[in-house]
Amino acid sequence: MKKALATLAVAVTLSLASSVSAASLTVGFSQIGSESGWRAAETTVTKQEAEKRGVTLKFADAQQKQENQIKAIRGFIAQKVDAIFVAPVVATGWDAVLKEAKEEKIPVILLDREVEAPKDLYLTAVTSDTVHEGKVAGDYLVKDVAGKDCKVVELQGTTGSSPAINRKKGFEQAIAGHANIKIVRSQTGDFTRTKGKEVMESFIKAEGGGKGICAVYAHNDDMAVGAIQAIKEAGLKPGTDIKVVSIDAVPDIFKAMAAGEANATVELTPNMAGPAFDALMAYLKDKKEPPKWIQTESKLYTAKDDPMKVYEAKKGLGY
Amino acid sequence: MMNSRNLPFLATLAIFLIAYALCTMQFPAMFSTRVMGNLLTDNAFLGIAAVGMTFVILSGGIDLSVGSVIAFTSVFVAVLVGKLGVHPLVAFGLVLIMSTAFGAGMGLMIRFLGIPPFVVTLAGMFFARGAAYLISTESVPISHPLLDAIQGFYLRIPGGGRLSALAMLMLVVFAAAIIIAGRTRFGANVYALGGNQQSAELMGVPAGKTTVEIYALSGFLSGLSGLAYTLYTSSGYSLATVGIELDAIAAVVIGGTLLTGGTGLVAGTFLGILIQGLIQTYIVFDGTLSSWWTKIVIGILLFVFIALQRGIIWYSNLRMSRGGGKGALGGVA
Repeated sequence: MKKALATLAVAVTLSLASSVSAASLTVGFSQIGSESGWRAAETTVTKQEAEKRGVTLKFADAQQKQENQIKAIRGFIAQKVDAIFVAPVVATGWDAVLKEAKEEKIPVILLDREVEAPKDLYLTAVTSDTVHEGKVAGDYLVKDVAGKDCKVVELQGTTGSSPAINRKKGFEQAIAGHANIKIVRSQTGDFTRTKGKEVMESFIKAEGGGKGICAVYAHNDDMAVGAIQAIKEAGLKPGTDIKVVSIDAVPDIFKAMAAGEANATVELTPNMAGPAFDALMAYLKDKKEPPKWIQTESKLYTAKDDPMKVYEAKKGLGY
Repeated sequence: MMNSRNLPFLATLAIFLIAYALCTMQFPAMFSTRVMGNLLTDNAFLGIAAVGMTFVILSGGIDLSVGSVIAFTSVFVAVLVGKLGVHPLVAFGLVLIMSTAFGAGMGLMIRFLGIPPFVVTLAGMFFARGAAYLISTESVPISHPLLDAIQGFYLRIPGGGRLSALAMLMLVVFAAAIIIAGRTRFGANVYALGGNQQSAELMGVPAGKTTVEIYALSGFLSGLSGLAYTLYTSSGYSLATVGIELDAIAAVVIGGTLLTGGTGLVAGTFLGILIQGLIQTYIVFDGTLSSWWTKIVIGILLFVFIALQRGIIWYSNLRMSRGGGKGALGGVA
C-alpha cells in the first residue's frame, strides 16, 4: 500500500513537471457570476479565446460575492498561475489581494469593469466605453436620415445606472450638431422587454398613433425587441415606419434585423478576454507595458452585415 | 473524554484529513503553508460568526440574523470611518456595543416573550439588513492608516505562507471559545440548556440570564465578524454576506454539534469551516468545476452528518434502555 502511494506520488510529480516544461500559460479567471445572458456569453468567449491560444484557463464563478472572488484570486496566487483575469463585482476593496498578486509578480487584468485601487496594482483594464456606444448609435441615425427631419423617442435603461446615463449622453453628443434630429420623448424601460413594450405603447399613443415618430433609440436590445412588438400592434411597420436603433447586439435583435424590423445595433462585445490575452502575451514576451485602459470596439451592425449569420454565430454563446 | 458523543467530531476530523490528502495527491501545491494560511484568512469572518452560532445551537436555539449584522456592521464602520472621519477604534467599539446590545435584545424577546428563536432572529435579520441598506446601498470604501496597517500585517510562515492579522483574530476567538465552552460556568449552562431546558432549570441553571448572554455573545461575535469582513475587503457593503448564517450553521453541524442542542464541540466548528474552505480551494485549483459544487458537497456532508447523529442517538438510547439507570444518568451529564 505504502509503495503504491509512493509510486502515485512520483507519477503525480512527474506529470506536473512535464506540464510545466511545456511552457504553456495558465491563467486564472475570476468571473462575477452568470446573472445575465451577456455575462454567460463573456464566460463562453473567454474560454474559447483561451483555447484558441493554447492557454489553460482556471475558471472560478463567484456567485455575485466579493469574498468568493478574493478567495479565488488567493487560490490562483497559491497555484502560481501566470496571470489573473478579474471581472470585479464591486469597485472597492481589492487593494490587499491585488498587492499580494503584485508581490508574487503575477499580472492582473481587469475585464469589463474598473476598480478603485492604485493603478500600479493591475496591468490593464479592458472595458467598453458606454458613452462611445451611444455616440455610435447616434452617428448611425444622423447618417441614415441624411438631413431629413426626425423625431426620436428614447427608451432609457434603469434610472441612474451608469450605462443608462452614458448611453444617453453619447447619443445626445452625436445628434448635437444636427437640428433635424430631436428627442421628443424619453422614459425608462428598465432594460427589460416588457417595460420597453409598455413605454413604447404609451409613446405611440402620445404621438398621434405613432405617425410623428421617425425612430426609436433603445439603450439595450431587449427594450428594442419589446418596442418592435408595440409598433407592430399599433399597425405600423418597425424598421420602415419607425426605425429601431439599439445597443448590445444580443442574438434576438439580429433575428429582427433579418426580418427588416430593426435597423441597427451597437455591439457591447463579450470578447473582453481576447484583447486581454493579446496584451498579456505582449507583456510576458517583451515586458511591453500596455496602456492602463484598453477600450473594446463598439461595432455597428446593420442589415448589411448578414444578420442571420451573426445570429447563428452568437446563438451558442449562452446569451 | 472519549465516548460516542465525540464520534461526530472524530468523523469530521477524519473526513477533513482524508479530503486534504486526496486534494494534495491531485494538486501537490495544495499542501503548502500558503494554502493553509489562505484557508484561515479567507474564512476568518465566517469562522468568527460560526463560533457565536455554535453557542446558540448548543443551547438549542438558532440565530438567523448573523449575515445581516455582519453587513450592517461593515457598512456602519465604513461610513463612520470613511465618510465621517471617526477614529477606527472608536467606530469599532461603538459597533461592537451595538451588535452585542442587538443580540441581547433578541435574547430578551426569546426568553421573556416566549417567541421561538427562529422567528425573533428572522425579524432581526430583516431589521439589520434594512438598516444596512438605509445607511448606504453602495459599497463604501474605507481607508485609514491604522486599518491599512492591520490589513497589511502578517507573519511569514516558512514556505511562503502568511498568517494574517485576521487569521490570528479567528484563532484567538476559537481558543477563547473552547475555554469558555469547556471550562466555565457559562459554558456548562449552555450545554445544560440545550440538553434539556426543564431539567436544567430544576437543577438551578439561570435559564433567562444564560439565554440573553448566549444571544448577546452571538451578536458580539457577529459584530466582530463584521469588522473582520470590513478589514478583509476594506469596504462596507450592505449586500454583502447574504445567507452567511446558513454557511455558519452548516459548519457547526458538520463540526459535529447536534442541531437540537446539548452536544458538540467548538473545535468541531473550526473543522467545519476548514472543510468548506477546502472544497472551495479545490474548485479553484481544478478551475473547470462549477463553483456551485461547493453547495452540493456541503449539502451531502450535512445529510451524512445528520444521519450519523441520528444513528448515534438511536444507539445510545438503545444502550440506555439496556443499561438501565446508570445509562440514563450518563445521558444527562
